[in-house]
Amino acid sequence: MARSAERPDVLVVIPALNEADSVGAVVKETRAALDADILVVDDHSTDGTAAVAAAAGADVISNVFNLGVGGAMRVGFRYAARHGYPIVVQVDADGQHDPREIPALLAALQPTAEPALEPRLVIGARFAGTGSFSVPRARRWAMKLLAAYLSRLTGTHLTDVTSGFRAYNRATVELFARTYPAEYLSDTVESLVIASRVGAHVAQVPVSMRARLAGAPSQSTWRAVTYLVRVGLMLVLEVIRTRTRPEQPEVK
Amino acid sequence: MSGVHVTALVACVVTISVIVELLRRRQLRDKYAAVWLIVCVPLAVFAIDPNLFNRLAHSLGVINPPDLLTVGAALFLLIVCVYLSWEVGRLENKTRVLAEEVALLRKELEEEKATP
Repeated sequence: MARSAERPDVLVVIPALNEADSVGAVVKETRAALDADILVVDDHSTDGTAAVAAAAGADVISNVFNLGVGGAMRVGFRYAARHGYPIVVQVDADGQHDPREIPALLAALQPTAEPALEPRLVIGARFAGTGSFSVPRARRWAMKLLAAYLSRLTGTHLTDVTSGFRAYNRATVELFARTYPAEYLSDTVESLVIASRVGAHVAQVPVSMRARLAGAPSQSTWRAVTYLVRVGLMLVLEVIRTRTRPEQPEVK
Repeated sequence: MSGVHVTALVACVVTISVIVELLRRRQLRDKYAAVWLIVCVPLAVFAIDPNLFNRLAHSLGVINPPDLLTVGAALFLLIVCVYLSWEVGRLENKTRVLAEEVALLRKELEEEKATP
Protein backbone atom coordinates (compact mmCIF):
# COMPACT_ATOMS: atom_id res chain seq x y z
CA MET A 1 0.00 0.00 0.00
CA ALA A 2 1.69 3.20 -1.14
CA ARG A 3 1.12 6.59 0.32
CA SER A 4 -0.73 8.97 -1.88
CA ALA A 5 1.45 11.64 -3.38
CA GLU A 6 0.21 14.50 -1.25
CA ARG A 7 0.97 12.83 2.06
CA PRO A 8 3.87 14.25 4.06
CA ASP A 9 7.29 12.59 4.35
CA VAL A 10 7.31 12.43 8.10
CA LEU A 11 5.46 9.91 10.23
CA VAL A 12 5.34 10.77 13.92
CA VAL A 13 4.95 7.56 15.92
CA ILE A 14 3.59 7.92 19.44
CA PRO A 15 3.65 4.71 21.48
CA ALA A 16 0.99 5.03 24.17
CA LEU A 17 -0.10 2.96 27.11
CA ASN A 18 -2.90 4.41 29.22
CA GLU A 19 -2.13 8.03 28.33
CA ALA A 20 -5.67 9.19 27.58
CA ASP A 21 -5.10 12.33 29.68
CA SER A 22 -2.16 13.55 27.62
CA VAL A 23 -2.11 11.87 24.22
CA GLY A 24 -4.77 14.16 22.76
CA ALA A 25 -2.76 17.27 23.56
CA VAL A 26 0.44 15.69 22.21
CA VAL A 27 -1.27 14.84 18.92
CA LYS A 28 -2.74 18.34 18.56
CA GLU A 29 0.58 20.01 19.37
CA THR A 30 2.35 17.80 16.87
CA ARG A 31 -0.15 18.67 14.16
CA ALA A 32 0.35 22.34 14.92
CA ALA A 33 4.14 22.02 14.94
CA LEU A 34 4.73 20.42 11.56
CA ASP A 35 3.22 18.84 8.48
CA ALA A 36 3.34 15.17 9.34
CA ASP A 37 1.18 12.09 9.57
CA ILE A 38 0.68 10.98 13.15
CA LEU A 39 0.40 7.36 14.19
CA VAL A 40 -0.49 6.51 17.77
CA VAL A 41 0.31 2.90 18.59
CA ASP A 42 -2.01 2.08 21.44
CA ASP A 43 -0.35 -0.72 23.39
CA HIS A 44 -3.59 -2.26 24.63
CA SER A 45 -4.65 0.61 26.88
CA THR A 46 -7.69 0.30 29.10
CA ASP A 47 -8.49 3.99 29.44
CA GLY A 48 -9.68 4.96 25.97
CA THR A 49 -6.31 6.19 24.73
CA ALA A 50 -7.12 4.99 21.22
CA ALA A 51 -10.39 6.93 21.05
CA VAL A 52 -8.81 10.12 22.40
CA ALA A 53 -5.95 9.88 19.91
CA ALA A 54 -8.29 9.27 17.00
CA ALA A 55 -10.51 12.18 18.05
CA ALA A 56 -7.44 14.42 18.09
CA GLY A 57 -6.78 13.48 14.48
CA ALA A 58 -4.16 10.74 14.67
CA ASP A 59 -4.11 7.43 12.87
CA VAL A 60 -4.37 4.73 15.51
CA ILE A 61 -3.14 1.16 15.59
CA SER A 62 -4.27 -0.87 18.57
CA ASN A 63 -2.17 -3.78 19.72
CA VAL A 64 -4.18 -6.91 20.52
CA PHE A 65 -2.26 -7.32 23.75
CA ASN A 66 0.45 -5.43 25.57
CA LEU A 67 3.75 -5.58 23.69
CA GLY A 68 5.76 -2.96 25.56
CA VAL A 69 7.26 0.24 24.14
CA GLY A 70 9.64 -1.75 21.96
CA GLY A 71 6.84 -3.82 20.49
CA ALA A 72 4.73 -0.73 19.90
CA MET A 73 7.62 1.00 18.14
CA ARG A 74 8.23 -2.05 15.98
CA VAL A 75 4.63 -1.84 14.82
CA GLY A 76 5.25 1.83 14.04
CA PHE A 77 8.43 1.10 12.08
CA ARG A 78 6.74 -1.68 10.12
CA TYR A 79 3.83 0.63 9.30
CA ALA A 80 6.24 3.35 8.16
CA ALA A 81 8.31 0.92 6.07
CA ARG A 82 5.23 -0.50 4.36
CA HIS A 83 3.78 2.89 3.60
CA GLY A 84 7.11 4.23 2.41
CA TYR A 85 7.63 7.07 4.86
CA PRO A 86 11.24 8.23 4.55
CA ILE A 87 11.32 9.65 8.07
CA VAL A 88 9.97 8.50 11.41
CA VAL A 89 9.91 10.62 14.56
CA GLN A 90 9.28 8.98 17.90
CA VAL A 91 7.54 11.04 20.59
CA ASP A 92 6.34 10.02 24.04
CA ALA A 93 2.62 10.17 24.70
CA ASP A 94 2.98 11.67 28.18
CA GLY A 95 3.79 15.15 26.90
CA GLN A 96 7.34 15.42 28.21
CA HIS A 97 8.62 15.89 24.66
CA ASP A 98 7.74 19.21 23.08
CA PRO A 99 6.61 18.62 19.48
CA ARG A 100 7.86 22.10 18.59
CA GLU A 101 11.37 20.65 18.92
CA ILE A 102 10.74 18.09 16.17
CA PRO A 103 11.99 20.38 13.36
CA ALA A 104 15.33 20.62 15.20
CA LEU A 105 15.57 16.84 15.18
CA LEU A 106 14.68 16.72 11.49
CA ALA A 107 17.29 19.34 10.65
CA ALA A 108 19.96 17.19 12.30
CA LEU A 109 18.67 14.10 10.54
CA GLN A 110 19.16 15.44 7.03
CA PRO A 111 22.41 17.31 6.59
CA THR A 112 22.68 18.09 2.90
CA ALA A 113 26.18 16.66 2.36
CA GLU A 114 25.47 13.18 3.70
CA PRO A 115 24.51 10.29 1.46
CA ALA A 116 20.83 9.52 1.87
CA LEU A 117 21.31 5.76 2.07
CA GLU A 118 23.31 5.89 5.26
CA PRO A 119 21.27 4.91 8.32
CA ARG A 120 20.88 7.93 10.57
CA LEU A 121 19.36 8.44 13.97
CA VAL A 122 18.95 11.64 15.97
CA ILE A 123 18.32 11.68 19.70
CA GLY A 124 16.60 14.59 21.37
CA ALA A 125 18.53 14.79 24.62
CA ARG A 126 17.40 16.73 27.64
CA PHE A 127 19.72 19.53 28.69
CA ALA A 128 22.05 18.60 31.47
CA GLY A 129 20.62 20.10 34.63
CA THR A 130 17.29 21.20 33.18
CA GLY A 131 14.16 19.73 34.63
CA SER A 132 13.85 18.25 38.07
CA PHE A 133 14.05 14.56 37.34
CA SER A 134 14.09 12.59 40.55
CA VAL A 135 15.89 9.62 39.09
CA PRO A 136 17.00 6.95 41.56
CA ARG A 137 20.76 6.95 42.07
CA ALA A 138 21.23 3.43 40.74
CA ARG A 139 19.52 4.39 37.54
CA ARG A 140 21.44 7.65 37.23
CA TRP A 141 24.73 5.75 37.46
CA ALA A 142 23.51 3.23 34.96
CA MET A 143 22.57 6.00 32.56
CA LYS A 144 25.98 7.66 32.89
CA LEU A 145 27.79 4.40 32.32
CA LEU A 146 25.56 3.60 29.38
CA ALA A 147 26.05 7.02 27.86
CA ALA A 148 29.83 6.60 28.06
CA TYR A 149 29.71 3.12 26.56
CA LEU A 150 27.35 4.06 23.74
CA SER A 151 29.29 7.24 23.00
CA ARG A 152 32.33 5.05 22.33
CA LEU A 153 30.31 2.61 20.29
CA THR A 154 28.69 5.24 18.09
CA GLY A 155 31.61 7.66 17.97
CA THR A 156 29.35 10.53 19.06
CA HIS A 157 29.17 12.22 22.41
CA LEU A 158 25.84 11.10 23.84
CA THR A 159 24.39 12.15 27.16
CA ASP A 160 20.84 10.84 27.13
CA VAL A 161 20.73 7.40 25.58
CA THR A 162 17.41 6.42 27.15
CA SER A 163 15.54 9.32 25.62
CA GLY A 164 12.53 8.23 23.59
CA PHE A 165 12.50 11.46 21.59
CA ARG A 166 14.12 10.44 18.31
CA ALA A 167 14.15 10.80 14.57
CA TYR A 168 15.09 8.08 12.08
CA ASN A 169 15.77 8.19 8.36
CA ARG A 170 14.58 5.61 5.83
CA ALA A 171 17.54 3.24 6.16
CA THR A 172 17.12 3.16 9.94
CA VAL A 173 13.36 2.72 9.66
CA GLU A 174 13.88 -0.31 7.44
CA LEU A 175 16.51 -1.68 9.81
CA PHE A 176 14.30 -1.24 12.87
CA ALA A 177 11.20 -2.62 11.14
CA ARG A 178 13.10 -5.91 11.28
CA THR A 179 15.28 -5.63 14.35
CA TYR A 180 13.88 -3.15 16.85
CA PRO A 181 14.33 -4.77 20.27
CA ALA A 182 11.10 -5.59 22.05
CA GLU A 183 12.64 -6.29 25.43
CA TYR A 184 10.97 -4.44 28.29
CA LEU A 185 12.71 -1.16 29.28
CA SER A 186 15.97 -1.61 27.39
CA ASP A 187 14.70 -0.92 23.87
CA THR A 188 16.10 2.63 23.62
CA VAL A 189 19.58 1.50 24.61
CA GLU A 190 19.66 -1.71 22.65
CA SER A 191 18.41 -0.03 19.51
CA LEU A 192 21.46 2.25 19.65
CA VAL A 193 23.73 -0.78 19.86
CA ILE A 194 22.01 -2.31 16.85
CA ALA A 195 22.27 0.96 14.94
CA SER A 196 25.96 1.31 15.75
CA ARG A 197 26.60 -2.21 14.49
CA VAL A 198 25.46 -1.34 11.00
CA GLY A 199 27.52 1.84 11.14
CA ALA A 200 24.58 4.15 11.54
CA HIS A 201 25.32 7.81 12.06
CA VAL A 202 23.99 8.85 15.45
CA ALA A 203 23.55 12.49 16.40
CA GLN A 204 22.27 14.23 19.47
CA VAL A 205 20.24 17.43 19.61
CA PRO A 206 19.69 19.21 22.90
CA VAL A 207 16.02 19.72 23.69
CA SER A 208 14.23 20.87 26.79
CA MET A 209 11.95 18.33 28.38
CA ARG A 210 8.73 19.33 30.07
CA ALA A 211 7.04 17.90 33.07
CA ARG A 212 4.76 15.15 31.88
CA LEU A 213 1.22 16.35 31.26
CA ALA A 214 -0.31 13.39 33.03
CA GLY A 215 0.52 10.03 34.48
CA ALA A 216 3.13 8.95 36.97
CA PRO A 217 6.75 8.45 35.91
CA SER A 218 7.43 4.76 35.52
CA GLN A 219 10.29 4.68 38.00
CA SER A 220 10.66 3.11 41.38
CA THR A 221 13.66 1.67 43.17
CA TRP A 222 12.64 -1.85 42.30
CA ARG A 223 12.17 -1.00 38.67
CA ALA A 224 15.46 0.87 38.66
CA VAL A 225 17.25 -2.24 39.88
CA THR A 226 15.45 -4.40 37.34
CA TYR A 227 16.44 -1.91 34.70
CA LEU A 228 20.07 -1.93 35.78
CA VAL A 229 20.31 -5.71 35.75
CA ARG A 230 18.55 -5.99 32.44
CA VAL A 231 20.63 -3.38 30.70
CA GLY A 232 23.84 -4.83 32.13
CA LEU A 233 22.91 -8.25 30.86
CA MET A 234 21.93 -6.81 27.50
CA LEU A 235 25.31 -5.10 27.09
CA VAL A 236 27.20 -8.28 27.95
CA LEU A 237 25.03 -10.17 25.47
CA GLU A 238 25.57 -7.58 22.78
CA VAL A 239 29.32 -8.06 23.07
CA ILE A 240 29.18 -11.84 22.66
CA ARG A 241 26.19 -12.06 20.33
CA THR A 242 26.52 -13.14 16.73
CA ARG A 243 26.08 -10.41 14.16
CA THR A 244 23.05 -11.81 12.44
CA ARG A 245 20.01 -11.73 14.66
CA PRO A 246 17.51 -14.52 14.13
CA GLU A 247 14.69 -12.13 13.46
CA GLN A 248 11.27 -12.71 12.04
CA PRO A 249 10.97 -12.67 8.29
CA GLU A 250 9.26 -9.61 6.92
CA VAL A 251 5.80 -10.69 5.82
CA LYS A 252 4.87 -9.04 2.57
CA MET B 1 12.95 -58.34 42.48
CA SER B 2 12.88 -56.02 45.52
CA GLY B 3 10.19 -53.46 46.41
CA VAL B 4 12.24 -50.60 45.01
CA HIS B 5 12.47 -52.24 41.64
CA VAL B 6 8.77 -53.02 41.57
CA THR B 7 8.03 -49.37 42.33
CA ALA B 8 10.41 -48.23 39.59
CA LEU B 9 8.86 -50.61 37.10
CA VAL B 10 5.32 -49.48 37.98
CA ALA B 11 6.38 -45.81 37.64
CA CYS B 12 7.87 -46.48 34.22
CA VAL B 13 4.85 -48.39 32.99
CA VAL B 14 2.45 -45.69 34.25
CA THR B 15 4.54 -42.95 32.60
CA ILE B 16 4.71 -44.82 29.31
CA SER B 17 0.94 -45.44 29.32
CA VAL B 18 0.16 -41.81 30.09
CA ILE B 19 2.39 -40.66 27.24
CA VAL B 20 0.94 -43.17 24.80
CA GLU B 21 -2.55 -42.10 25.82
CA LEU B 22 -1.68 -38.43 25.32
CA LEU B 23 -0.28 -39.27 21.90
CA ARG B 24 -3.44 -41.19 21.06
CA ARG B 25 -5.57 -38.18 21.96
CA ARG B 26 -3.24 -35.91 19.97
CA GLN B 27 -2.47 -33.88 23.09
CA LEU B 28 1.28 -34.35 22.85
CA ARG B 29 3.59 -33.76 19.90
CA ASP B 30 5.53 -36.88 18.99
CA LYS B 31 8.87 -35.11 19.21
CA TYR B 32 8.34 -34.55 22.94
CA ALA B 33 6.83 -37.98 23.50
CA ALA B 34 9.88 -39.60 21.93
CA VAL B 35 12.15 -38.06 24.56
CA TRP B 36 10.19 -39.51 27.45
CA LEU B 37 9.73 -42.90 25.85
CA ILE B 38 13.46 -43.13 25.12
CA VAL B 39 14.09 -42.55 28.83
CA CYS B 40 11.32 -44.73 30.24
CA VAL B 41 11.88 -47.87 28.20
CA PRO B 42 15.51 -48.46 29.31
CA LEU B 43 14.54 -47.60 32.90
CA ALA B 44 11.81 -50.26 32.79
CA VAL B 45 14.37 -52.76 31.51
CA PHE B 46 16.74 -51.85 34.34
CA ALA B 47 13.91 -52.25 36.87
CA ILE B 48 13.26 -55.78 35.62
CA ASP B 49 16.96 -56.69 35.62
CA PRO B 50 18.86 -54.50 38.11
CA ASN B 51 22.10 -56.37 37.44
CA LEU B 52 22.16 -54.95 33.96
CA PHE B 53 22.21 -51.45 35.45
CA ASN B 54 24.89 -52.39 37.97
CA ARG B 55 27.10 -53.73 35.22
CA LEU B 56 26.56 -50.57 33.16
CA ALA B 57 27.52 -48.41 36.17
CA HIS B 58 30.65 -50.46 36.86
CA SER B 59 31.71 -50.39 33.23
CA LEU B 60 31.47 -46.58 33.37
CA GLY B 61 33.67 -46.63 36.49
CA VAL B 62 30.87 -45.67 38.90
CA ILE B 63 31.45 -47.40 42.22
CA ASN B 64 27.97 -46.89 43.65
CA PRO B 65 25.41 -47.59 40.86
CA PRO B 66 22.61 -45.40 42.31
CA ASP B 67 24.94 -42.41 41.89
CA LEU B 68 24.81 -42.94 38.15
CA LEU B 69 21.04 -42.83 38.30
CA THR B 70 20.99 -39.59 40.35
CA VAL B 71 23.55 -37.77 38.26
CA GLY B 72 22.00 -39.02 35.03
CA ALA B 73 18.51 -37.91 36.09
CA ALA B 74 19.72 -34.45 37.16
CA LEU B 75 21.59 -33.95 33.91
CA PHE B 76 18.69 -35.12 31.81
CA LEU B 77 16.21 -32.83 33.59
CA LEU B 78 18.58 -29.90 33.24
CA ILE B 79 18.81 -30.44 29.49
CA VAL B 80 15.02 -30.73 29.25
CA CYS B 81 14.56 -27.44 31.16
CA VAL B 82 17.06 -25.56 29.03
CA TYR B 83 15.45 -26.88 25.88
CA LEU B 84 11.99 -25.84 27.09
CA SER B 85 13.13 -22.30 27.95
CA TRP B 86 14.59 -22.02 24.47
CA GLU B 87 11.35 -23.24 22.98
CA VAL B 88 9.26 -20.83 25.09
CA GLY B 89 11.45 -17.92 24.01
CA ARG B 90 11.00 -18.84 20.38
CA LEU B 91 7.25 -19.14 20.79
CA GLU B 92 7.08 -15.82 22.61
CA ASN B 93 8.89 -14.15 19.75
CA LYS B 94 6.59 -15.72 17.17
CA THR B 95 3.48 -14.72 19.11
CA ARG B 96 4.80 -11.18 19.34
CA VAL B 97 5.36 -10.95 15.60
CA LEU B 98 1.88 -12.31 14.99
CA ALA B 99 0.38 -9.74 17.36
CA GLU B 100 2.22 -6.95 15.52
CA GLU B 101 1.04 -8.33 12.20
CA VAL B 102 -2.58 -8.52 13.42
CA ALA B 103 -2.45 -4.91 14.59
CA LEU B 104 -1.04 -3.76 11.24
CA LEU B 105 -3.51 -5.81 9.21
CA ARG B 106 -6.45 -4.55 11.25
CA LYS B 107 -5.30 -1.01 10.52
CA GLU B 108 -5.03 -1.76 6.81
CA LEU B 109 -8.50 -3.27 6.82
CA GLU B 110 -9.93 -0.17 8.47
CA GLU B 111 -8.21 1.99 5.86
CA GLU B 112 -9.60 -0.14 3.04
CA LYS B 113 -13.10 0.21 4.46
CA ALA B 114 -12.74 3.97 4.86
CA THR B 115 -11.64 4.49 1.24
CA PRO B 116 -13.68 2.19 -1.02
